[in-house]
Amino acid sequence: MKKYKEILLDPIFNENPIALQILGICSALAVTAKLETSIVMSLAVIFVLTLSNFSVSLIRKHIPGSIRILVEMTIIASLVIIADQIIKAFLYDISKQLSVYVGLIITNCIIMGRAEAFALQNSPGRSALDGIGNGLGYTFVLLFVGFFRELFGSGKLLGFTVFPLNTEGGWYNPNGLFLLSPSAFILIGLLIWAIRTWKPEQVEEA
Amino acid sequence: MSSDSTKKTIQVALGVCLVCSILVSTAAVSLSSRQAENKQLDKIKNILVAGGIDFTDKNPQQIYEDKIKPVTVELKSGKIINPEEKSSLLQPKNFEIKKVSNIPDLSTGIPASEDIAGIKRKPTHMVIYEVMDSEGNVDKYIFPVHGKGLWSTLYGFISLDNQLKTVEGITFYEHGETPGLGGEVDNPSWKNSWKGKKAFNEDGEYIIDVLKGKVDPSSPKSNHQIDGLSGSTLTTRGVDNLLKYWLGENGYGEFIENVREEGSDEEI
Repeated sequence: MKKYKEILLDPIFNENPIALQILGICSALAVTAKLETSIVMSLAVIFVLTLSNFSVSLIRKHIPGSIRILVEMTIIASLVIIADQIIKAFLYDISKQLSVYVGLIITNCIIMGRAEAFALQNSPGRSALDGIGNGLGYTFVLLFVGFFRELFGSGKLLGFTVFPLNTEGGWYNPNGLFLLSPSAFILIGLLIWAIRTWKPEQVEEA
Repeated sequence: MSSDSTKKTIQVALGVCLVCSILVSTAAVSLSSRQAENKQLDKIKNILVAGGIDFTDKNPQQIYEDKIKPVTVELKSGKIINPEEKSSLLQPKNFEIKKVSNIPDLSTGIPASEDIAGIKRKPTHMVIYEVMDSEGNVDKYIFPVHGKGLWSTLYGFISLDNQLKTVEGITFYEHGETPGLGGEVDNPSWKNSWKGKKAFNEDGEYIIDVLKGKVDPSSPKSNHQIDGLSGSTLTTRGVDNLLKYWLGENGYGEFIENVREEGSDEEI
């Protein structure tokens, strides 16, 4: 049995859902053009993942095998709608930028994956912890990608100018590629390379 | 009883659905007034921005009520109408372009040959906003405009001076263009470049062109040309077309002509 600390911290570097399992990268491409949206998206995923893991685990002994996936999906979808409603009510400007992507957390494979792989076999407390941990792993990657995309793409961080742009009298000529989704692929690729150089045990056998 | 029996399956399915639907509807209902407020406030802020009215450190709602007078205009005749005679949806506080565009009685289809804004249908009436000066005269007009960019329909406002000649401001409050490229329609310095541009020629035709590339400041045409956004030809073209549509004869053309004919004394 894993210790609580491992459940919480392993998904950040050792078993990162994006970097090791390559799950949930669609949203990592879509919302990371700015750091701010990355942060809000990460918080929404932590919220959904923790509560979905917790709820699925709570009723895991009663879920019939034949409708297992449907039950999980219903729970996840409901939580996502709630998260979306909360963001729309309290962070309206950001919700406009995130647009459909909060709703698309439903299809984020990490959440379904953790419900299937962890919450169905573990107690609610451990499952919630696993949810937070994997949410943090997702957050780590999103912040990494969002940081570099906003910095090199717009010369800003969280909306504050870091590199003054040449269009506004500065010296930095922004790299448009970083504003487009493919740059997230490149950044995630570099991140995976870095992590696997640091922790060679993650390299898959060829 | 085993978890896999039919009875249990139905029970669990019903139970989960019930709990989830209660949670979702509670969240939706309890937050909806707040969301509506946000939406309204956002629209007000955008109207103020388009009108070049500063609301830093002030209550935008208050300024809006003090300075802005919304009116419902019938596009075909260009006349200001009393919305209560027609439909409550045409009242300024209820008016939503998207909603009205889908109601057959309140909208018309646009023939493909005229549809340069790419919107297919348009409301028969639009709500425009008059900015009042301290003496109660119209200082500026703010027109809502919308049309297709590259990925999305852009919704925004353009404001003109009371002679309906010069651009006072422009803003887009809703769009899904690429952040950093087409999304730069939000860029304050680009929006500022519109200010003071001559929108109409002597014959009253809309003449602003959004170029591909930079405006040559020495050109005689530069007072009605705008720099294109680099890396976003299609968004730029969309903005150019939607403004040509809405400020042309099929959009607010009749209204603009009426105001010109009545001269500047109409609102006194």
